[in-house]
Formats: sequence, structure tokens, C-alpha cells
Amino acid sequence: MKTDQLVDALVADGGAASPIARLLLLALAAGVALSLVVFFLTLGIRPDIGPALETWRFDLKIVTALLGLVLAFGVCRDCARPDMPPHPLRRLLPLLALIVLAVAVELVLVPEAAWRQRLIGSNSLICLPMVPILSLAPLAVVLWMLRRAAPASPALAGAAAGFMAALSGATLYAFHCFDDSPLFVATWYSLAVLGMTAVGAWLGPKLLRW
Amino acid sequence: MRLARQGDDEAYRRLLGQVAIWLRAVVRRGLASAGRGPAESEDIVQEALLAVHLKRETWDASRPIGPWLRAIAQHKLADHLRRRGFHDHLDIDEWSNAPELAVEVEAPAAIDSRRMLASLPDRQRTIVQEISLEGHTAADVAARLGMTEGAVRVALHRALKSLAAFYRREQP
Repeated sequence: MKTDQLVDALVADGGAASPIARLLLLALAAGVALSLVVFFLTLGIRPDIGPALETWRFDLKIVTALLGLVLAFGVCRDCARPDMPPHPLRRLLPLLALIVLAVAVELVLVPEAAWRQRLIGSNSLICLPMVPILSLAPLAVVLWMLRRAAPASPALAGAAAGFMAALSGATLYAFHCFDDSPLFVATWYSLAVLGMTAVGAWLGPKLLRW
Repeated sequence: MRLARQGDDEAYRRLLGQVAIWLRAVVRRGLASAGRGPAESEDIVQEALLAVHLKRETWDASRPIGPWLRAIAQHKLADHLRRRGFHDHLDIDEWSNAPELAVEVEAPAAIDSRRMLASLPDRQRTIVQEISLEGHTAADVAARLGMTEGAVRVALHRALKSLAAFYRREQP
């Protein structure tokens, strides 16, 4: 085939396109909708949600997860491009700063004797599997959408997808979980999120080569 | 590309034509600096052109298109060379900004296009042949094959994706 003939075929296919950022947002929304169904079928919102909303620890937990989700979306969008901007991970610095600050405040407010109990909490054995379970659907849909993208590094794009999906799962799970201490969140939520990030990084090179 | 996104076919054709000329220059110089002749250059040009088309959603309209095109060219060139056992790092930035070296004349593609087309299902193959080799429009092809124009476009799009996959597998 001559290149001009190929161009004819490409033009016939049409140049219209929606930006990848919008497609990724749609994919994330679809994945979260699926996870919402799973969430309400298995866990549901904690019964004391009203009083919980009035405590700063619960609110901070939700804000942290949502901030992470928004920043992760930016990273994922950057990683979907062949001309990835340098240092996409810098976007996550505000999240890291918020977690460090929250842990520091908690360590000051809570007496040392209670640190251990706050850290272990009551729910860690549910948190560790449920955050990944709630991120499975978002991860699948986002990875599927990323196959239309052209990531400079498939492994990095996969990791970003896993990270974003895990934060969407963590945001949902946070509405169920009774452990609001920043010590608990910084430990168990982070472990679950990092696990899903690793899964994404492993899947990326298998699924996202182009 | 902005016009093409809004569905301006003529603008898209002009863009792809210019990109092909630019790619040809970039790819030949890349092959030369890897110590290879221009024999495979048109395959890489076509593969990169397919990627520009299929991956056009990843171009951010608020940014210049040059770095995006360079990234695709570099990726496809590096990928092509890696499949042929060349592992050194290539930085096309050194030689991609040289429009005076643009090569207008295309070499014949090395990959046998009949074999490439033969890898497609019958219906898709007919559509690609009618549109690219014989120059019909999607509407004409639809009328001749008794399909809707939308169905022809869907089949064409699938065929283009299969061709991109074919290039990725090809190891001559």
C-alpha cells in the first residue's frame, strides 16, 4: 500500500475525536458507578454517618481520599499521552503533604499510649481487601479506555490507572469504615492503594503497548 | 488538527500529507543514525501515520502538536528498531527539526501489502481496498456493498486497528 492510499483510508475514517481526558473521566465515572452497586450490596454507609460528618477526623479522611482522586486523575491523564510532561508524580505532593500533616496533628493530640490502638483500629482486615475490591471495576474500565491512548510508558500509565482506581475505591470505603484516625488511614488505606498501584503497573505493559 | 477534530476532512488530509513528508525525513535520518538503510522507512512512516490517526485523542488541543508528533515518531522508530535487535537509545530531537531535508519521494513499502490486507476479514479487506486503493468514498462503498455508511466506517476503523496490530507483530 502506498502512503497516499493509507492517508485516503485514514481521512475516510474521519478526524473527529474527543480528548482523552474526557474519555478517561467517563471511564472512571462508569467504573465508580459499578463499584457503588457493589458498595451498597456488601458494606453500605456506616449507620452513624450523621454524627461522623461532624467530626474533623472523618471529614479529613474523606477530603484526603477525594484530593487523592482528583490529583490521581491528573497523573493518569498525563501518563496517557506519548509526550508525557516531565515529573507527573509532582502532582501528588499536596496529597503527601496533607497526609504527613494529618498524622503529625494526630500524634500531637493523642497520648502516646493510645497510638497503637488508633493505628490498628477495628477494621484493618476489612479495609485491606475491600479497597482493592471496590477499585476493580474502575481499574478495568480505565485500563480498557487507556488502550485507546498512547502512553509514553505503559507501566507508568498502568500504575497511574491502578492508583486512581484505588483512590476511588478508598473514597467509597471511607464512608463505611469506622476508623477515622489519620494513623489508621495513612497506614491501611495507603497499603491497599499501593497494592493496587502495583497491580496496575504489572498490567500496564501487558495491556497498554501501542 | 484542530479543524480535523471538528470534522474538516480536507484539513485532515492536508495535515496527514504534511506529517507523512516530515515523518519520512525523520525516519530516514533515524534509520541512518542506527546504521540502517532506508529500505524499511516507508513501513515505519505508515505505522507512525496510523498511530497519529488512531491515537489522535491523546493530543491536547491546548498544546503545540510538534512535541506530540515527535513523541509518536520516536516511539514507533524505537519500537521498530527494537524488534530488529537494535537496543541503543535514539534521541530524535537531535535531527527531527530539519525540514530542509524533507524527502518528498516515497520509497515502496517493504511489507507486502497484499499479505497485510490478507490478514483482514473479507468485508474489512474489501472496504480498505475500495477506499484506499481505488479511491472511493465511504458512501460509495456503502452503496456498492449494500451496507449503511455507518457500518462501513465502523468496519474501516476496525480494519485500521488490525493493520496497526499487524505492523506491531511484523518481524521481517
